[in-house]
Amino acid sequence: MASLIAPTLAHYLVLGAILFAISMAGIFLNRKNVIILLMAIELMLLAVNLNFIAFSSYLGDMNGQVFVFFILTVAAAESAIGLAILVLLFRNAGSIDVEDMGKLKG
Amino acid sequence: MNFQTAVFYVFAAILVFAALRVVIVRNPVHAALWLVLCFFTAAAVWLLLKAEFLAIALVLVYVGAVMVLFLFVVMMLDINFDNLRKNFKNYIPLGAIVGALVLIEMALVIIVSGVARSTAVPMVQASNTQALGRLLYVDYVYPFEVAAVVLLVAIVAAIALTHRKPRGAKYQDAGAQVKVKRADRVRLVNVPPETRE
Repeated sequence: MASLIAPTLAHYLVLGAILFAISMAGIFLNRKNVIILLMAIELMLLAVNLNFIAFSSYLGDMNGQVFVFFILTVAAAESAIGLAILVLLFRNAGSIDVEDMGKLKG
Repeated sequence: MNFQTAVFYVFAAILVFAALRVVIVRNPVHAALWLVLCFFTAAAVWLLLKAEFLAIALVLVYVGAVMVLFLFVVMMLDINFDNLRKNFKNYIPLGAIVGALVLIEMALVIIVSGVARSTAVPMVQASNTQALGRLLYVDYVYPFEVAAVVLLVAIVAAIALTHRKPRGAKYQDAGAQVKVKRADRVRLVNVPPETRE
């Protein structure tokens, strides 16, 4: 009776893989729009965190959850600085097209 | 079907649908709101995994702070978003191929490694928050403090990047006032005396 079981580790890993693949495709689809790119990166980090927590929970090792805690911290800092750079880019270039970032090259 | 499995499938379906909408929706405000739904549903999935503290932290930090920041920025910038989607359709095949490849690779790893056949059950501890806190404040004190410094640096960097002085504002520059010389203020002019003709 395979259907009677509780969700296994593979359930969560597959969910994480699907999320990661969606955000990967999203980066290719919205390669001009920096805001959506940042959102796709947030989604990727979410998928990675899901894997960490699934392994941590099923292997009985809390260290994985501590790692997720640090990833959340760094991701929050990253999105704050990313959005600040985005605002700066919009002020100077008048758009948020990734191709306008080519002006940055020295 | 086990009730927990049914709940998992419901949340997984919502999560995947919302993630797809984030990626393909036209309006970035809608994308941000779909991302909020993503985070909420992911928090629910984490609750299923008995990681209560991180689930609540995800809702508080991401939905409460990061996504509000995203919405602020999206709404503050006056952008013509249709321009940014000009080549959207051209990239659909490439995006789909790369996404499918990543998915297949990960599925292969999961199948081959035998994780799929493991029947382990989630560990249940008395208090997830207590266990996490004990680990964080005993074994990981130093990384914890480094994380605090990282957040401080992020605050300073974000303010330093976006702050600008108010235009046309008048303010005193004390250094320039002290440094001033007599020659900067007074000019002696040698005027020749006028002679009456």
